[in-house]
Amino acid sequence: MNRENTMIKKVRNLIMAFVAMLPMAIMAAPSGQALSFTCAGCHGTDGSSVGPSMPAIAGMDPEVFVDAMKAYRDKQRNSTIMNRIAKAYSDEQFKAMAWFFASQRLYLQPQEYDMNLAKRGAKLHDKYCEKCHENGGRPGDAGTLAGQWMPYLEYTMDDFINGKRKWPRKMKRKVDAAIDEEGQDAVSTLIHYYGSQQ
Amino acid sequence: MTDIDRRAFIRVTSSVAALGATIGFPSLALGATRRVVVVGGGVGGSTVAKYLRKLDSSIAVTLIETKPSYTACFMSNEVLSGERTLESLTFGYDGLRRHGVEVIQDTVVGIDPVKKTVRTAGGNNFDYDACVVSPGIGFKWETIEGYDKDVAAETVPHAWNAGPQTVLLRRQIEAMPEGGHVIIAAPPNPFKCPPGPYERASQIAMYCKHHKPRAKITILDPKDAFSKQGLYTEGWTKLYGYGTDNSMIDWIGAAGGGTVEGLDPDTLTLQAEIEDFQGDVINIIPPQKAGAIAFAADLVDGDWCPVEKRTFESQRHKDIYVLGDASSAAKMPKSAYAANSQAKVAAAAIVSRFQGLEPGDPTFVNTCYSVVGEDFGISVAAVYGLDTHTNTITPIPNSGGVSPSNASPEIRKREVSYAHSWFKNVINDMLE
Repeated sequence: MNRENTMIKKVRNLIMAFVAMLPMAIMAAPSGQALSFTCAGCHGTDGSSVGPSMPAIAGMDPEVFVDAMKAYRDKQRNSTIMNRIAKAYSDEQFKAMAWFFASQRLYLQPQEYDMNLAKRGAKLHDKYCEKCHENGGRPGDAGTLAGQWMPYLEYTMDDFINGKRKWPRKMKRKVDAAIDEEGQDAVSTLIHYYGSQQ
Repeated sequence: MTDIDRRAFIRVTSSVAALGATIGFPSLALGATRRVVVVGGGVGGSTVAKYLRKLDSSIAVTLIETKPSYTACFMSNEVLSGERTLESLTFGYDGLRRHGVEVIQDTVVGIDPVKKTVRTAGGNNFDYDACVVSPGIGFKWETIEGYDKDVAAETVPHAWNAGPQTVLLRRQIEAMPEGGHVIIAAPPNPFKCPPGPYERASQIAMYCKHHKPRAKITILDPKDAFSKQGLYTEGWTKLYGYGTDNSMIDWIGAAGGGTVEGLDPDTLTLQAEIEDFQGDVINIIPPQKAGAIAFAADLVDGDWCPVEKRTFESQRHKDIYVLGDASSAAKMPKSAYAANSQAKVAAAAIVSRFQGLEPGDPTFVNTCYSVVGEDFGISVAAVYGLDTHTNTITPIPNSGGVSPSNASPEIRKREVSYAHSWFKNVINDMLE
């Protein structure tokens, strides 16, 4: 992404974050805040899940959030419960929730990980994943990996590898290359690396 | 977005938020401290206390609860299978105190809606601008002859509020003979935790399968259908031989004479509509009504408390809000997630009114997980809006519902993991 685009995106994010925070009483429909508050019972207060498997959604890029919700709604993404929930919302409501969660700080919780696996995963991440999942996979233009709950990352990777979820552009090639280099536990080392960021 | 970009983003959005707060919170400018008294420290009460402080930290919030700590009833069926302890369900109120909530251990005995004061057994009075009542359920003991509070505490536990009776029931199941017979008397609708009695049977079966494989569990039910019935049937068939002569679980509905009318505690015999049932362990989940304070404070119409669905304000007394199991909130079930969701709607409505604004349109969610057995989790979810024409809480069309039938073992296993994660996040959202 070039500099100008980043700037435009940032300004747009600010405007939308402001709109999301307007007092709810002037809204004709449930506000972004009211809609987002209902998620907390599973995804934690303001989107910081306390685990051990439900993913944190605080600080998520708004576009990634909306894409994920649309994919759940359209049954394009393997899920247990989210497809049933996503069907209740309009595109506008997805956006309103996306801006709410984008403006929340992500509080990470400690989780158990294997230090040796994490070390190997760190190297693989830098080589194969960092380009899209910047800063070790912190919230950004792709889904949050750093500090994400490890069982959730396992489910997600299982779905990709078993053909239950469509690979994002280039990702399959990168994961295949990582497995070629590191062996069958490549994905596991990556997950332990992300789990090690607390 | 780079790290620096994100910091800038957060910094600017924080100042935008501060600006929003100045515009949106005129009550601050007036300097008047508004007081909210919350009666009951369960899911509804704790959540509303936390979210009131979160939405407007100028509001003074006092929560009054009889017990020194909270014991979650959701997931307490796992105590019966030995999967967890009662202690693992017990949490203190220090998290709420850190949010600036004043938590007082006392029992509310009366509410004066004219003077706007709450009176406690300890002899104290608390003034309020808004009062939130979230007392949970009470039991209609009179509906089952021979059953009362004392019998429940000593011999035939209800265990429908997690606590000593949950532990008593667990001990009875452990102590029963190898081929013992457990009978669960399920309640009529509406009651707290609609899938609960069936999860309870499942959890007891999960324990017996390993430790007392010849044991039997009979559910006597005054209903002809129950929550998540298709999924329970699938799980029981798969795990406990349901539908065969050797089934560990047997369900007798209303048509089969499942309605229980009386108990002989000495012989552990239940008198049901058609025949008597004798067991080694008996668990009666009695018919239910709103908690005692709802009756004392004149908040009920029949067994439950009618409320405005936009705000959860009582239809009987102004400035009193009733949340959770005690409220009439159909089509929402009486569940932990429902109470948590209702509490946020009430908190936002109270804050809006203190600011002189009309409360916004509400939105609600319910999700509920049940663990049928090892690696076999199921769920139900719904999103609700307010139908302003009928003043009812209505599920959004074509959304929600139960887990798919015949899902893969992987999905069933994930739902167990998510059930436990759901538990942790609900607890955290109400108390931390």
